[in-house]
Amino acid sequence: MEDALRLIIETIHQRFGVEAHESHGRVSLIIHPDQLISLAKTLRDEFKFDMLAAETAVDYWPEQSPRFHMVYEIYSTTQNIGLEVRVPVNGNALSLPTLEKLYANANWHEREVWDMFGIKFEGHSDLRRILMPFDWEGHPLRKDYPLGYEEPQFTFNFDQIMVRKPHPKS
Amino acid sequence: MGLEQKAGNMGVVTARLEDVVNWARTNSLWPMLFGLACCAIEMMSAQASNYDLSRFGMELMRASPRQSDLMIVAGRVSRKMAPVLRQLYDQMPDPKWVIAMGDCASCGGVFNNYAILQGVDEIVPVDVYVAGCPPRPEGLIHGILTLDEKVKQEKFKNWA
Repeated sequence: MEDALRLIIETIHQRFGVEAHESHGRVSLIIHPDQLISLAKTLRDEFKFDMLAAETAVDYWPEQSPRFHMVYEIYSTTQNIGLEVRVPVNGNALSLPTLEKLYANANWHEREVWDMFGIKFEGHSDLRRILMPFDWEGHPLRKDYPLGYEEPQFTFNFDQIMVRKPHPKS
Repeated sequence: MGLEQKAGNMGVVTARLEDVVNWARTNSLWPMLFGLACCAIEMMSAQASNYDLSRFGMELMRASPRQSDLMIVAGRVSRKMAPVLRQLYDQMPDPKWVIAMGDCASCGGVFNNYAILQGVDEIVPVDVYVAGCPPRPEGLIHGILTLDEKVKQEKFKNWA
């Protein structure tokens, strides 16, 4: 870790009480959902982390609980430092404050997370599906969502599958 | 001297109406620009100078469905794109044909999941399937020539 990053980690640890985990040259902080907005504001305003590089979620069902980890990768273009912030979210209390007011590109990232995982964001201006059709039911990237594949058609089950396949009428 | 020789000297040729109309249709098929994914690159290279599609009458690809009569579905069709594709197909005037180019348009290809249509024949009737991932431009040309043979066999009584 470089010195600038070390200094930032120290300051954050004193103010918010979060530990930094380091692996493969990347530093990640695991925080509570309540600290998210204030930590992001501090990073953006005080430490010049001006770019939200990525925002996704991971589903660790059924091994871990809380089930989802929201992952924010925040990057500073002036100092060339990247930081990863993880927020564990429970499967039953699925809502987080939105980062859209701080980083404008969080709009589409949060729409994608809502579409794929079902994590709601309070204060988001336009939370609707972005990858799947608008009337789709279910959240596909959860671990308990079925794969949705079609059975391979061999000669012995050809007829059973042809009956179930949709065909156009004209 | 038969009637045909006499007529031929005057510059008149007789043929069946089916043959003439089918010949005209095959030699001026205008494809609609419908490249969705990687197969579009092969479709573009088939249209370009090395493997020329203009020699088959497809000088350009019409972007508007109202002015085209062949839809080459090149690429995978997702569930979100499917109603759009059907609407464009409905906007094409008769007679129209569909070539499913590549594995994804024929049967879903490598993508056997919830988000990709398992073959575009779930929503539009397909005339020719071209296999390949992606098919070579010569493969697409072979598919177009197969469609030409199919069009040449269309009968008078089947026209709308």
